[in-house]
Formats: sequence, structure tokens, C-alpha cells
Amino acid sequence: MFESVLIANRGEIACRVIRTARRMGLRTVAVYSEADAGAMHVDLADAARLIGPAPARDSYLNIAAVVAAAREAGAEAIHPGYGFLAENADFAEACAEAGIAFVGPPAAAIRAMGSKIEAKRIMEDAGVPLVPGFHEPDMDDRRLAEAAAEIGYPVMIKASAGGGGKGMRIARTESEVEEGFASARSEARSSFGDGRLLVEKFIDQPRHIEVQVLGDQHGNLVHLFERECSIQRRHQKVIEEAPSPFLDPQTRAAMGAQALALAKAVDYHSAGTVEFMVDRQRKFYFLEMNTRLQVEHPVTEMITGIDLVAEMIRVAAGEKLRVKQKKLKIDGWAIEARIYAEDPYRGFLPSIGRLSRHILPRQGAPVRVDTGVAEGADISIHYDPLIAKLITHGADRAAALSTMRHALDAYYIRGIAHNLPFLSAVMAHRRFAEGRLSTAFIDEEYGDGFTGGPMSDEVGRSMIAVALFMDGIERAREASIAGPLRQVRPMEAIEKVVLLDGDQIPVVMEYEPDGPLISIDGAGPIKMISPWKPGNPVFEGGLDGQRINVEIDRLALGYRLTTSGVVREVRVLRPALAPLYAELPAKIPPPGSPSLTCPMPGLVVSINVVEGEAVSAGQALAVVEAMKMENTLRAERAGTVAKIHAAPGDSLAVDAVIMEFD
Amino acid sequence: MKEILEKLEKLRQQARLGGGKARIEAQHKRGKLTARERLDVLLDEDSFEEVDMFVEHRCADFGMDRKKIPGDGVVTGSGTINGRLVFVFSQDFTVFGGSLSETHAAKICKIMDMAMKCGAPVIGLNDSGGARIQEGVASLGGYADVFQRNILASGVIPQISVIMGPCAGGAVYSPAMTDFIFMVKDTSYMFVTGPNVVKTVTSEEVTAEELGGAVTHTTISSVADGAFENDLETLNQVRRLVDFLPLSNREKPPQRPGHDAAARAEASLDTLVPSNAAKPYDMHEVILKIVDEGDFFEIQPDHAKNIVTGFARIEGRTIGVVANQPMVLAGCLDINASKKAARFVRFCDAFQIPIITFVDVPGFLPGTDQEHGGIIKQGAKLLYAYGEATVPKITVITRKAYGGAYDVMASKHLRGDLNYAWPTAEIAVMGARGAVEIIFREDLGDKKKIDKRTQEYEAKFANPFIAARKGFIDDVIMPHSTRARIARGLKMLANKKLENPWRKHGNIPL
Repeated sequence: MFESVLIANRGEIACRVIRTARRMGLRTVAVYSEADAGAMHVDLADAARLIGPAPARDSYLNIAAVVAAAREAGAEAIHPGYGFLAENADFAEACAEAGIAFVGPPAAAIRAMGSKIEAKRIMEDAGVPLVPGFHEPDMDDRRLAEAAAEIGYPVMIKASAGGGGKGMRIARTESEVEEGFASARSEARSSFGDGRLLVEKFIDQPRHIEVQVLGDQHGNLVHLFERECSIQRRHQKVIEEAPSPFLDPQTRAAMGAQALALAKAVDYHSAGTVEFMVDRQRKFYFLEMNTRLQVEHPVTEMITGIDLVAEMIRVAAGEKLRVKQKKLKIDGWAIEARIYAEDPYRGFLPSIGRLSRHILPRQGAPVRVDTGVAEGADISIHYDPLIAKLITHGADRAAALSTMRHALDAYYIRGIAHNLPFLSAVMAHRRFAEGRLSTAFIDEEYGDGFTGGPMSDEVGRSMIAVALFMDGIERAREASIAGPLRQVRPMEAIEKVVLLDGDQIPVVMEYEPDGPLISIDGAGPIKMISPWKPGNPVFEGGLDGQRINVEIDRLALGYRLTTSGVVREVRVLRPALAPLYAELPAKIPPPGSPSLTCPMPGLVVSINVVEGEAVSAGQALAVVEAMKMENTLRAERAGTVAKIHAAPGDSLAVDAVIMEFD
Repeated sequence: MKEILEKLEKLRQQARLGGGKARIEAQHKRGKLTARERLDVLLDEDSFEEVDMFVEHRCADFGMDRKKIPGDGVVTGSGTINGRLVFVFSQDFTVFGGSLSETHAAKICKIMDMAMKCGAPVIGLNDSGGARIQEGVASLGGYADVFQRNILASGVIPQISVIMGPCAGGAVYSPAMTDFIFMVKDTSYMFVTGPNVVKTVTSEEVTAEELGGAVTHTTISSVADGAFENDLETLNQVRRLVDFLPLSNREKPPQRPGHDAAARAEASLDTLVPSNAAKPYDMHEVILKIVDEGDFFEIQPDHAKNIVTGFARIEGRTIGVVANQPMVLAGCLDINASKKAARFVRFCDAFQIPIITFVDVPGFLPGTDQEHGGIIKQGAKLLYAYGEATVPKITVITRKAYGGAYDVMASKHLRGDLNYAWPTAEIAVMGARGAVEIIFREDLGDKKKIDKRTQEYEAKFANPFIAARKGFIDDVIMPHSTRARIARGLKMLANKKLENPWRKHGNIPL
């Protein structure tokens, strides 16, 4: 076994690899760019080496710098994580030349799987099914019709030169094929100046299911079952789980066997993943092989109990696999949610800035958080916007899902936009709970954009009870400012009115030593138990025996509560005051400010928007340097940029107009 | 006997109805609550003790002798906010438009006198069309009687004004002399002369909202200290503010029990100050992470945002926070910021509230605007206020403390009790480049030389240790330990005694 390992990566995966390596007794060496000097992975490692400036191509992708760092630090092995150099055969070879063990597959396997054509040839030889199709040049209509018949309906007609959905037609019958040719050909001609077409099997509602393989350098190979990663947004995986709710044992075994056959064909060792597309009849087709550790590997670890990183390191050191295929079993269910710095309410625009609050849910056996950023870290433009991966485990899918929902509700991020409400909403979605997944899930369910999770009676009830509970504690505490706390008589009932979604809901709270009994709108009392104290940003408690976690933000009157991806303002009033609230006017937001002016004499550093762009309140519009400080000017409210009057480098006077809005 | 009791109850009911049902409905239509409803929101349940319910005006002109409504357009008395005594008056717009008569003023004066005797705050809810024109000079006299009491109460008991409708002409000067003014957005306005007069005199066309609405007064004029969406929100926030304040200058600020440990470390503060000196950061994060429960009542949040002022608590006890804000104007002191902070510091000093100052100030804002506007004397207000204050003063320099602005911001030299610096602090006469360009003027043409000298200057002076060696800084502390250090300091200073020399009063540069 090695004594030391260098981790050629950053963020959560670097931290995750370091933790396992340290547990194995290895000395760990981190590498970092200038932007990451204070990053978590640098703090965690035993030693750290600066390898270049912030842009990845000058640091984390710089093979020479990484190898030199390993040599100088005396690292015997390099773990590449995922991304960056993980699937770079040149890097694997450079490691070998430097006499450093590459914790990954052989360079030849990386190279073979990196080439689509080469990979497909190997697939065919290994008998791995591909999406059936005819890619011959210059097929005329008759040949296309024959090909379609041979493939079997439905088929997809595509422009050879195509892309972006142009010139694509789905044909379900022979007559549709003929119509499809004509329209697809003319669209292909007008879009690409090339009317050639190809035809492929159309896979309706496909699922993305992948098989984890693991091999050693002695020819032993096992597969660690599948992961389903169908919840994707623009080909970016968002939620993954293992096993797949779709596979039956036969399909699982068949896919595993195919994955092993393929791995064997390229003399694979270390961890790798074979990705398949699976149709509604559970027919599966090869997509590609990833010759590295996957982002979503923790779900496999949770259901098999195997630490994939530890296995990779052992295999790289030449050890034999300890696990046998026959001994491997699926233990329960695991789900992973990727927490990204992106704004789900604004088309998932990436968000950068300081993570001013980052409070993780309680971790333990069923809850794992892999993160590479601590509170106060900067989410920069240079790298992946992944903040963390939240992974939960349960005896079955429902249990893992329930734990996931609670953990998401207790995960608290402030300072930058994040997709937690979106993840919560998907987890609360009936279709997701039923396991009816496909890669089109997000497009189909949130095609018109995300506006928040669905309100339900259950969520409403939780919000009312939580607001009432907190209000009770806060009012009692305020009363104690004048002197000792007024003794609340046991079983004293306090009547209040809760305002939620325009409704006024009468509630009664009776104090009992272990927690109050709450009656909502005349319904039978339910017990609330919580250790919540004023100032806690997350409310954790039990309502009627059900766990609830709710995030709290304070308003001038009442609270803004977030749970299950639902955000609502909730107010608690004395019954006498509630009717007064109804007298108050509903406010219409005032019109947007007509222009953005320079608040001080300064130099324009950047203009962050373009004419015609729709901006939302708080969005950065321009950066102006004054007093040697960069000041970000933000939109006061939502609007559209009509005209921009300044450009970077301009020197502006106070009140100079930078841009105008419609 | 029974009939007498019934008669009393009837009279009370009549008084409670104010200007009658139709006018109450009209008040509600405007999105405003009535005078009594507002007191219900402001005060603890059933705590209101009314006085002068039966007072009527004494005017006989213009047929006024036939129009008398008990209470005469203002509801006065006392009550409690979370069990603590306050005196209140609430003008009733449904009665003669809330206009101020001689007797209306006398009612206000009566509870102000009571408040002074009892040592409790006065909270005025303003909703008045102005002077009772029918009474003429008697009404004017009434205003002045209130003004005189505002002046004498200043610094003795907290005075809070809430503008919940019109407040125009002479009426504005009573709120102007109170400690805090809050306004309700869209339904309140304040001006000395209204849009009609403005148009007649200057031909300038302006709406009441633009001239003196809540947004104008909280952003441009700084007349108001805060604005909220509606009557309920506003009054709820006044309750919240009162919880921070002592009832008078005779007592210490109140203590609210809590669960936030004094020693709570905030590791994320260690990464707050960017390594690039040109990059700003949000000073609010420092404040919110250091004070109890992140609970901060900001005063004038929308005016002179380059300085942040407000109330918070450490270990349950009220503190006043003053902090430069690098996000706005690089945290420079300018006329507005100096005035805003000076007024806040003086309030804290008057009411025994310790002052915690967070410093990141690159200097005073340069420019003709500032010089012609009198930054010399305006800036001196803050200097004077800090130097005069005898309450516990703890200062934390987070980054820049340059030049005269360093002196101003509660420095050791102005009797700062505990002056701390983060390791990122740069206490210097000016920024490195500026200093080098003066000291090495002969090298100005040579960029290389200047760069090198700048680096040397930075290495030597851009740190807290030169000041620490001189004792201007008591200690260089880790950012994460700031809360613990402030808490310990406040405990140490709890019985601080410091007195200024006797004088009738100082002469602050107004």
C-alpha cells in the first residue's frame, strides 16, 4: 500500500477522497489554484501545493503542474476525482512516466472509451446493444422507409448535419414516416443547407440507468448494481438513486453482465460506470462508459456498504478485490440530491458570491452530506456550481425519500441562490414518489419554469403550527423583558388567528409540560414537540408524531417559512387584531425606477446585462470602481433593460445614467 | 345610581365612536386603522388606561360650539408594551380631521408631563390635518406647548413618533424633535408646505408622496428612521424598538433572556474580509453574526447606506451598533453618514446604551459636493458625538482605518474603552499608493519604482501592529472570537463611570 496520495481535484470530491485516504492511514496532499487558497480541501489535507492561477486550464487541468506537485510532495499515487483530469489518458500516462500510481483505469481503456466511434465498435464486438439505427450516407426516401421498417416503429428521423432539435421528426407509423421525410428534409435544408437524413429507433420516455463496475489489475471484475439518474436538467443529473425503481431482477442481471463484458473487453480495472438508456419495455441501449468515479457514486456506497474510493486506492496499489459478485447484495435504498448554486425561480441561472450561511442537516447513518464548502466560502465563476450532495438511505425507497425530504427542509443556505426549493418540490412530486421517471421529467413537469413547490393541507398545517409555536415562545419571552417570566398556567388555552394565503385561521394552543397541543380551525388537537429556541434559523420538531423541519426568516410582522419547497408568509395575531388586518390595503408594487445612475464618481469595470434583458430585483447590473473599491450596482426591482449608456472603462460622474429600463 | 352608571357607559361609548361610523369607514377605505384600533395594536391587550376621554374644545366661533365631540380628536393615556409602561397619544382623523385645537394640545401636554414624572417613553401616533383653523392662534399656542415639552423631554425619556396619515405645517416640528420617526408607506406624508403651496410659490409640480412620502423621508431627506408597509407592521416594529430601550435616562437598558451563548464562535468571519483590498463585503454579515440571535433593529436602513446604525443585544443587553459599510461608497464618511451616525451615537449616550463600532473606512468622501455642503462641520458632528459619549465604547477595526476618519470612528484617542483590530486591519494615514505618491514624489514618473515603494509601504503599514505597538489598539483579535471579546468587554465595562466637565451644555457643530 502507498503511504501518500495526491488528490488532483477540488471541492466536495477532493474532500471526500481525502477523508477516505486519511482513514486508510495515507498522508494526503491537496493541490489548489490561487482562487482556492482558503478552500476546505486545502484545510483537510495534510499538505497542500499551489498549482496555478484560478482558471482551471492553468491549474487543475495543467498536467505538468499536477505531476510536479506530486513529485515535490513525494506522493506515490494520484487520485483524480471526477472532471478535470479524471478521464485524460495523457495524464494517466504522465503519472506512469513519473513513477506515480494513477488511481484509475488503464490509459488504453480511457482512450478507447473516450472515442465515440471506437467505443461503439468495442460495444458491438462485446455484444452490448446500441440504439438501432441507419447512419448510411445519402439514404433516399425509399431506403429510409425500409430502414424504418427494419428498426421497428416508432422511429426518429434526424438531420445528418443536425442539432438543437431542428429537422427532427418522430414517426409512429409508415404513413407518418413519409410525411416526416418531406418536412424533416426541408427543415434540414433550410437550417443546415444539407438535406441528408438518418433514422434511429425512437425511445419514448427513456430512463438513464447506469451500472457501477469495479475491477482489479488481476482480471477480477464485479458490478455493484445500477443507479438511476433520470432526473436531469439539460443533460445535467440532478437527482440519482440506487437501485432503480424500474428494473426487475432479470434486467438488472442482464445489464450487469453486459457492463462486465464491456469492461472485460477493454481490460478495465478501478471504478467505472457503463451508462444505458432504458425504454419502457426495459430494453436497454448503451450510451457511454465513464472511466472514473461518478459524482453520484455515494448512492452505490450506501446500498452496498463499499467505499469505492478505498477500493480504487487498493486496486491502484495492486491489491486484489476482496468482494465477490455472489456476496454482493442490495441493502435498502439510497437517493442523492445535488445542491447547486443556481436560481430555480430564474431559469436556473448560476449564482455566485459568498455563502453567508451554510447550515447542514444533522448527519448520521441515514444522512450523508458531501460538501467542499464551509460557511463563508466563495462560490466563484471559475468552477462547478455544486455546493453539496445530500445522500439519504432507508430500508426502502419511501423511507429514503422521507429522510431526504426532512433533510432538505433542514438544509439552510443564504447569501446565494440555490436549488433547494426545487429539489424539495421534486421529492414531494407524486410522479417522483411513484417512480415514474424519465429523462424528460423536468421538462414535462416544470416546462413553464419553477414557481415553488405545491401547497398542500399537510404543508399548510405544518406552517400554521410552527408559526404558532414560535410566536408563543417569542411572546412569552418578550413579556419577560419587564421582569420575571409570567408563569403560564398549565392547560391555559391561548387563542390566536393565523394569516396564511389570505385566509384567517382561528387556532388554539394549550400548554402542556412536554409541548403544546394545537387545534387548527376547530380540528382535534395535535401535539407539537420541538427544542426550537428564538434565533434558530431552522425549526426542527414533531407534529402529531410526524417529523417536520421548516426554515425561518423574520418579517416586519410574522415569518417567512420554507418547507417542502413551499415558501409562504405566515402571521400570528391576537383574535382582536385579525379583523383589522383585513382593513389594510393590498399593495401594488410601484413602477420600476426608470434608470440606473452612478451613485459616485467612478470607473465602470463591467456591465453585466445587455439591452433587452429582463432583470430581477437584486440582480447585479454593473460594477463601478470608486475609491479603489469595486461596487456592484443592483436592480432595485424587476424590469427590462431598454438602453445602456456606459461601457467598461468609462469614467462617470455622480448621477450619470448607466442604463435605462422600460 | 344605576342610571348614572348607565349614563357614564353611554358617554364612553359615544367617545369611543369618535367621528362616527361613516368617518371610520372612510378611514378604513384609505387603508388606515382608527386611533383606537392603532392603540390596540401598539399596546398589550387590555393595558390601555385612557385619560381625558371627555375633554371638549372651547371654541365658539364659526358654529364650532354646536360641533363638539368628546376627546376632541386625540386619544391619550398610558399602557404597556410587553409589560413596560409607555405613554401614548393617538390622533383621531375621524374627529375634525385630527386637527389640533388648544384642548387637543393640552391633552398631549398632560401625558407628556406624566411621562416625564414617571420616567416612561412617549409614543405619538400622528394623523392630523394640521391646526384647527377655527381656533386660530390658540391652536398655534398649543403646538408650541407641545414643542417645548418635546425639547425638555429630549434625552430624558425616549420619544417616538409614528406618522400614520398627514402631518403638515407646524405639526411636523413635534415629531422632528423626537428621537425616532416611523412612517407608513403610501398612507403617510410629512411636509412643512404642501404641494399646492409649492406650486403657487415655485410653480413646481410635485405629488404629496414625492414631496414628503415615506420613501422620500427614509431615503432622501432622512427625516424618518424607518418605513413599513402598513399600520400593523409599523406598530409591531415600534413594539420591537421599545423592547430595546430603557424607559428613561434614569435606568439601564432592559435585558431580554436568551439562549445565544456569549462565547459563540463564528468561523465564517475569518474568511469575510477579501484578500483583494478593492473587493467590498457586507458589514451586515459581521453585525448579524455577532449580536444575539442575529436580531438587529436598523435605524435609517435606506439613507446614507455607507454607514449602518441600529440596536441589537449582547447577552440580552441592548447595544447600539455603528458600522462603516464597504458595499456602499466604499464605506466612506460623507455628510449624510456623519449626520446619521452622530445622531445615533448621541441617542445611545443619552440613554446609557453601550456603543459598538465596526470600522472599515477609507476616509472622507472627496468632492465639491461634499466640501460645499460643509463636510468639515458635518463630519465634525460625528467626531464630537463620539468624543462626548461617556457610555462604554468598544471598537473593532475590520479592515481600513485611514486618516482623519480613523480618529473619528470611536478611536482610542476619543476615549474608546476597548479598541480591537482584526488581523486584516490597516491602520494608516492613507492608502499605500496615495502615501507613496506623496512621500516619493520624485519617483512619480517611474511606475516600477512607485509599485515597489507601494509594496514596501503596504508590507510595513497595511497592518494593525504599528497601531498596536503604540497602544492605539488594545489587542489584535481573531474575527471568529469577536462576539466573545465584545461580550467580555461589556461585562467589564458594565459599571463604567466617566463624566464630562460641568457646563451648561456643549456647543456641537450644528
